[in-house]
Amino acid sequence: MDLIVEGIIEAFRLIFRGDPEVLKVTLLTLTVSLSATAISLIVGITMGTVIGLTRFTGRRFLVSLINTGMGSPPVVVGLIVSVFLWRNGPLGIFSLMYSPYAIVIAQCIISLPIITGFTMASIQQLDPKLRLQILALGASRLQLLWILVRDTRLPLLAAVMAGFGSIISEVGAAMMVGGNIEGHTRVLTTAIVLEVSKGQFGTAIALGIILMILVYVVNLVLTAAQQRSKPR
Amino acid sequence: MKQAPVMDSSCALEASGLTVVLGGQQVLEIASLQVRPSEVLAVIGPNGSGKTTLLLSLALLLRPATGTVAYRGIPIVEQDHILKQRRRLAVVFQEPLLLNSSVWDNVTLGLKLRGMPKEDIRQRVQSWLERFGVGDLARRQARTLSGGEAKRVSLARAFVLQPEVLFLDEPFAALDSPTRQALLEDFANVLRETRTTAVIVTHDRNEALALGSRVAVLMNGSIRQIGSPAEVFSSPVDEEVARFVGMENLLEGTIASCEGQMAVIDIKGTSIQAVSDCNMGERVLVGMRPEDITVALTRLSSSARNCLHGTVKGTVASGPLCRVEIDCGFTLVALVTTRSATEMGLEKGTQVYAAFKAVSLHVIKH
Repeated sequence: MDLIVEGIIEAFRLIFRGDPEVLKVTLLTLTVSLSATAISLIVGITMGTVIGLTRFTGRRFLVSLINTGMGSPPVVVGLIVSVFLWRNGPLGIFSLMYSPYAIVIAQCIISLPIITGFTMASIQQLDPKLRLQILALGASRLQLLWILVRDTRLPLLAAVMAGFGSIISEVGAAMMVGGNIEGHTRVLTTAIVLEVSKGQFGTAIALGIILMILVYVVNLVLTAAQQRSKPR
Repeated sequence: MKQAPVMDSSCALEASGLTVVLGGQQVLEIASLQVRPSEVLAVIGPNGSGKTTLLLSLALLLRPATGTVAYRGIPIVEQDHILKQRRRLAVVFQEPLLLNSSVWDNVTLGLKLRGMPKEDIRQRVQSWLERFGVGDLARRQARTLSGGEAKRVSLARAFVLQPEVLFLDEPFAALDSPTRQALLEDFANVLRETRTTAVIVTHDRNEALALGSRVAVLMNGSIRQIGSPAEVFSSPVDEEVARFVGMENLLEGTIASCEGQMAVIDIKGTSIQAVSDCNMGERVLVGMRPEDITVALTRLSSSARNCLHGTVKGTVASGPLCRVEIDCGFTLVALVTTRSATEMGLEKGTQVYAAFKAVSLHVIKH
């Protein structure tokens, strides 16, 4: 019991004192996670919309791959990314291994299927005639995509939440491809793992609280955006 | 290379040699169809006859397998040309299909896509919303509207575009009767005032009669008959069209004699007189509308040339009207008001006389 109380006290001390190490880890987490979310949103929403709207051979297979990807273990993703980025690997010349970029790449691969899958599902549940109506209103192909995406913003924001959630909570891949290097690739999740293994529960709890607050604030903003369009 | 067909530039819209294949099956075959400026063409036909497919291909929303669609004489073929032309058209579907935003955003969208200046959009949209009686709903979320309101918004959204041709696919089908009647009148007035060229697809004959300046009957993917509403509804070209336009009584007979325009037709041993230009001995179908038959308990001394004696086989009341089936050697269906059916005491077995004029019969060569 003492452990928990001490931990929480230590946590607040660290947070309110503005510990530079904690601050650094938090900022890197935000930067990495938000970049990964943004990239997978742009790619995932486009892909999901296109797959949701079109029929082509091999579509069913692609959809099954995406659905599998939605549940792929981050550790496996970390392994694959490591193999590719390793010094002697196919992309070794870019020396991305153990850099924040490597974490962004791994996190993108984890959240891309989730965002693509959600987008695809929400575009497909639209009345097919809505597409014709938008075209009939004089929309070009690109304008059609944009209007459809805007019209499905409620389920799409759920996709953003799920995507961001999978990214910020991820630890296995970040550890493998980032290496948890202090001041360089240490993010909140990997730092927590390290602190716990050292028995530094106070720091671990502090980082845990910060992580929860981050998740909460981001979701608060997203929820506000999602519920704004509800009928008055 | 195949020579492009010569298109008539005095037509607002013209289709020629149009075929559409869906799922490996040909669902539409239109040899030629012309829509003249300011006319309202009503396309009627049973479910599955290809009405919506025709409308989508004319509105450039469905690519035909063969054939061309031309606007003001210019065939629309290339992709960027299609988009440009689409921006001169408007389509209203059966469902309102409003986007998940405010009424205002919905109605302004088409004009925004056309890059119209904001101030012009504001004025035009406001006036059209008011014209359809939904001016005070502008700030409402479109998905919270009632069916009738949503339909009015979708009509306003089409009319703000001031389309060269307006397409409507069963626009009033999903509305309840009073809502529909009020909207139908408003819509008919707007069409008349704006002299908008329109193609309206409907399975409802009354709608076609109320709105159409011409009527085309579509069956199994091809146009069976096209003409003025009077022509189509009183002189259908064949049995199927006759049934569809409400000629419930269709009787097979033979021309027994003819004198000028007046013919005597033998139907299962009963002679009736009709106006026809058929020749003696020809086999014909005689069509008559139930509402053109007068039912009485005694022989009528009216101007009607035909008065047959028969026995009532059954009656079915539906609202203010009552369908009476009469056996006069063959079965005739007549429509009388429910009130007069009650007054005459019509029921199974009642002996009655059915009278109808020679001119109210339509004779189709069989």
